[in-house]
Amino acid sequence: MIKRYAALVAKLTPKSKLGQGCLRAYAVGGGICVFGQMIADCGERFLSLSSASSLTFASIVLIFFTALLTGVGVFDRIARFGGAGTVVPITGFANAMVSPAMEFKPEGWVFGTGARLFTIAGPVLVYGISASVLVGLLYYFFPW
Amino acid sequence: MLYQYLKVFFVGGALCMIGEALILKTKLTTARILVIYITAGVILSAAGVYGPLARFASAGATVPLTGFGHALAQGAISAVQENGLLGAFTGGLSAASGGLAAAVFFGFLAALFFRPKPKDYQK
Amino acid sequence: MPHHRIGAHTLIFPNRPRILASASVVGPKEGRGPWGESFDLVINDPLFGQKSYEQAEKAMYREACERCMKKASVARDEVQALLGGDLMNQIMASSLAARALEIPFLGLYGACSTMAEALLLGSILIDGGYASPVLCAAGSHYCTAERQYRFPLEYGNQRSMAAQWTVTGAGACLVGEAGPCLARVSYATIGQAVDMEISDVSNMGAAMAGAAADTLKRHFLDTGSTPKSYDRIVTGDLGQVGTDILMALMADSGYPLSRENHMDCGLSMYDQKEDVHAGGSGCGCSASLLSACILPRLHSGDWKRVLFMATGALLSPTTSQQGESIPGIAHALTLERGE
Repeated sequence: MIKRYAALVAKLTPKSKLGQGCLRAYAVGGGICVFGQMIADCGERFLSLSSASSLTFASIVLIFFTALLTGVGVFDRIARFGGAGTVVPITGFANAMVSPAMEFKPEGWVFGTGARLFTIAGPVLVYGISASVLVGLLYYFFPW
Repeated sequence: MLYQYLKVFFVGGALCMIGEALILKTKLTTARILVIYITAGVILSAAGVYGPLARFASAGATVPLTGFGHALAQGAISAVQENGLLGAFTGGLSAASGGLAAAVFFGFLAALFFRPKPKDYQK
Repeated sequence: MPHHRIGAHTLIFPNRPRILASASVVGPKEGRGPWGESFDLVINDPLFGQKSYEQAEKAMYREACERCMKKASVARDEVQALLGGDLMNQIMASSLAARALEIPFLGLYGACSTMAEALLLGSILIDGGYASPVLCAAGSHYCTAERQYRFPLEYGNQRSMAAQWTVTGAGACLVGEAGPCLARVSYATIGQAVDMEISDVSNMGAAMAGAAADTLKRHFLDTGSTPKSYDRIVTGDLGQVGTDILMALMADSGYPLSRENHMDCGLSMYDQKEDVHAGGSGCGCSASLLSACILPRLHSGDWKRVLFMATGALLSPTTSQQGESIPGIAHALTLERGE
């Protein structure tokens, strides 16, 4: 009974288009990275940043643009088209912090914006930082 | 110059395309994709795979969230080389601090100036 | 032994409570849809002049209730009970509206089936001689539902093709024992929480279709009726996926539905050009269309007999994240032309 129902659901639920989705994600994601590279190149040339700092600079500028586009309500439209093309770059991480910060403003600056800023990005930091500490510890005891 | 941008586009786009395929094929939510990417970045970086990719594709490898993981891992490793055990704890975040502080600060600013709007998507 | 029952799950109302008046308030996207002209009020500002979307939902709910009482020329202190709910945590839109309306209040939660639940219980109060008139209402708001069940509004996320769009809207009906009316309630079938082991939160239609089929079958069996006994079988918010599944299930059950005499509020709410994927959903979906479409057609005589069955998906983010599946629920009411 449940098995037959699951089969029926699978048959009648429309699927997202894999090919189209991947193509769009590729184009948008690649485009964002190229834009990042342009910012980094400008940083190197005009602000005389080192090549490592210029890439950090590029991330910060991309985050700024994400915050701005999220604020004016355009980012989600780009994301609707680009899918993972906006999620995977640093823009997705920034949007994941900016959007709840705005959303929960009515609940106050502390428990709303302050606390909820990390609702989606929190886990990213938890696992990213924990993994890096683990790598550091491993490197200390078993350097390679 | 153009060749450099092509490398950036192809590597960055490919990393995003893999993410899209994961979302559509496995029902992973975008939040999980973010966690998987940053963790994968840390692991690939520690394994010595991501460094060469970042040298090859520059922003094409550092802008995707795996690049954030790469920065965390390389920060931890080089801090351990300099400061020993303490570096395992200070290195990662120091290396990633620029992006993190920017996201927190600009997020706060956006909340200060903007209000979320309902969506009017049309075909 | 209860005597106002037929069959295992169906109530019979000998006095056939009367729906005296109804009113609906919807948001701008709903206002652009095919029923845009029929709603009592289309708000252009989703905030409805309030400070938050939660306050806006409350204000819409209250507005629908007040307009309904006004249309029936009934004063607030004459209404003996308000029954209703919404999708907000702890049904706060209804509770805050009830505070402002100062009517004795029974808060209900049946997810998107709330309008049918309210009408069912309201009819029992009327038929049993416990109260008259009573106000039954339900509402939902896209912006409050998104942040509670899904993501912040500005979060960049691709919606699944099976996902539905929460209707910004509220609907209210005033039910009484006497007087000129839009329609009368003769039977009601209380639905069971039916779990088809769907845990995909973006496929509510699939989670609800099993319950919808279950309640329909029980109703037909209890009352000895068939789909042909009704001018329309109206479902709440099954959407495209849920409707397709319901059609397949009913074809197997011996009570086949035809596309011509079935209407799904979720599929009827929006204009074709709106990108809402599988259709509308939410308490406000069936509640506002009951008022804007179904009751007027019963009143005009276009339809003589309608089965109104609002459907709900019973979930909370907490239980979903814990891996619990999503039971569906559906309550059905027989609405007949008032004479």
